[in-house]
Amino acid sequence: MSNDVLILAERVDDRIALVSSELCGIGKKLANEKGGSLVALLLGGPGTNDLAKGLISLGADKVLSAEADILTGYNNSAYVKVVDSAVNEVDPAIFLVGCTSVGRDIAPRIAFRHGASYANDCIELSLEDGMLCAVRPVYAGNAISHVRSKGTSINMASIRLKAFPLTDVEEGRAGEQVQIDVSIEAGELKMNFIESRQVESEGVRLEDAEYVVSGGRGLGGPEPFQQLAELGKLLKAAVGASRAAVDAGWVPTHMQVGQTGKIVSPMLYIAVGISGAMQHMVGAGPSKNIVAINTDAEAPIFQRARYGIVGDYKKVIPALTKKFKDLLEN
Amino acid sequence: MDIIVCIKQVLDHDIPPRDFKVDEEKRAVVPPANVPPIISNFDEYAIEEAITLKEANGGKITLLTVGDESSRDSLKKCLAMGCDEAILLNDSAFEGSDSFGIARILAGAIKKIGSFDIILCGRLSSDWSFGTTALALAEALDLPSVSQLQKLEANGDTLRCERVLEDGEEIVEVSMPCLLTASNEINTPRLPSVKGILMASRKQIPVWGAGDIGVDTSQVGAGAATLELTKLYKPDYSTLCEFIEADSLEEAAEKLATRLREDKII
Ligand SMILES: Cc1cc2nc3c(=O)[nH]c(=O)nc-3n(C[C@H](O)[C@H](O)[C@H](O)COP(=O)(O)OP(=O)(O)OC[C@H]3O[C@@H](n4cnc5c(N)ncnc54)[C@H](O)[C@@H]3O)c2cc1C
Ligand SMILES: Nc1ncnc2c1ncn2[C@@H]1O[C@H](COP(=O)(O)O)[C@@H](O)[C@H]1O
Repeated sequence: MSNDVLILAERVDDRIALVSSELCGIGKKLANEKGGSLVALLLGGPGTNDLAKGLISLGADKVLSAEADILTGYNNSAYVKVVDSAVNEVDPAIFLVGCTSVGRDIAPRIAFRHGASYANDCIELSLEDGMLCAVRPVYAGNAISHVRSKGTSINMASIRLKAFPLTDVEEGRAGEQVQIDVSIEAGELKMNFIESRQVESEGVRLEDAEYVVSGGRGLGGPEPFQQLAELGKLLKAAVGASRAAVDAGWVPTHMQVGQTGKIVSPMLYIAVGISGAMQHMVGAGPSKNIVAINTDAEAPIFQRARYGIVGDYKKVIPALTKKFKDLLEN
Repeated sequence: MDIIVCIKQVLDHDIPPRDFKVDEEKRAVVPPANVPPIISNFDEYAIEEAITLKEANGGKITLLTVGDESSRDSLKKCLAMGCDEAILLNDSAFEGSDSFGIARILAGAIKKIGSFDIILCGRLSSDWSFGTTALALAEALDLPSVSQLQKLEANGDTLRCERVLEDGEEIVEVSMPCLLTASNEINTPRLPSVKGILMASRKQIPVWGAGDIGVDTSQVGAGAATLELTKLYKPDYSTLCEFIEADSLEEAAEKLATRLREDKII
């Protein structure tokens, strides 16, 4: 086994996804401690070889790129095959992926195949006697667990989005690039990628927003989300929701904040008619300031909020919108 | 269409944080008294999807769980929802298994069952959230897998699967046999009917141990786990909330806005 750290970078359209930068940052740190290099792997369709070069300026000493038409859309069988061959070639001590719909779909299969240890959705990673140690919230954040790899072959982990800082870009950094052969016969796989649909968010994306206004079951229906959008517009905010609002069919699924939704970290998160269940707070918790508007003074959201109003949103939201207008437009 | 659904029984995820207790010494969660365990949330969606498929295509649904005797309650509930058979995988050699160990146990049981078309699981367990067991099981059985499904359609021998992504969705076609994991967008789980509960109460739930399924006991249980749990504790997230009060809610809202301005938050 080498002392190298391998990371699985990702691309979105024609960019390297942010998670790749988070992975490079922590990956580099662990590689330095191990005395190995940081190797970054990028898979995708046309343009991947070119894009992958950018990973060198994010700290990768070596970049492996796999470019092939069959990798244009995500297909578990094809991706696992290519990632597996990269893992065999690098023989890393540590292999990190993002806790994304791609990373968490690949990692368990690779880990099982290699007899590796695997910690999912980690918020901290460190080394102890050369073994990977991870901090991961469990029971939706009701408890925090610390785990240590027991010295199996490869130590693997997936990192929670936004839990690790982005790495600095260092233009002109030297590094090696290797293009890996993708030899997948048509018909060899038991699955086919058909298409993907990207939701275009109107205005700011939730995960990038400095302000977020979110609604929950307490709104009682889809219409009040219009009011939240109006309030949000004044702040250039993104509108989010709880799973209860999504499950009720009031808003689409990509608006969900939480454990299985988005993780947001705005300056201000306004939670309207949301009780503050732990699974929701996994996503809303990183916000710098939380305002809660809820009729129930006992709602757990108030234990996580900096400011709160106990009362009906129907009265609070219009007045808040009006006052924001005064303050922000003058 | 023969379907196998793997479910996990867990502590009720709705218990308030203040009732959630951890024994730091034993590094274990202490279930509060009088709170019955439940079926892991996403597994209910897996069950519902299996029943929908069976209603449309015929076939049989077999439930599997690796757990102790108390897991019979959750298996009964799934039988009452409309599943046909349930098997409890319980053996002292299984205790302390990690996700990979559980996957090996499930794989052993599935090999013993023999033929099937689809294995359905939840996308993530609501207690330890490993997000590992289902895909490791697919790997153990060398099956194609599609995770976090929000929609499923059967067309002859292939399945058209829609996966939920962070910002959209993706459609893949997969051939059977395969393993799928369900997300909550996929359906609305039904409640067991009275008739279902009656039928379920008459069903036998056999127990299979390591010997029955030919699992190598050195590959499962605490000894085979790849991670060691070194610490477990309750975090303190609480902040001091400043409740904004006024004669009317409208005034409170105005005060809040002003306050946010003063504190340079907006
Ligand atoms: C495995 C798992 C994963 C999950 N993942 C997520 C996730 O990613 N995101 C997520 O959000 N949830 C998630 N959940 C669900 C979560 O546990 C809660 O059920 C959900 O967050 C509750 O949504 P809510 O706060 O909108 O609804 P409720 O809990 O029903 O709260 C509604 C609130 O509105 C208040 N209210 C009512 N009327 C008014 C009014 N007129 N004005 C003001 N307030 C009012 C009520 O007092 C109440 O506090 C998950 C659950 C599980 C088991
Ligand atoms: N002990 C178990 N018995 C049967 N199935 C399980 C067990 N643990 C996990 N699973 C299945 O694997 C899914 C993912 O669980 P996890 O890997 O713990 O997040 C669950 O939703 C179940 O479908």
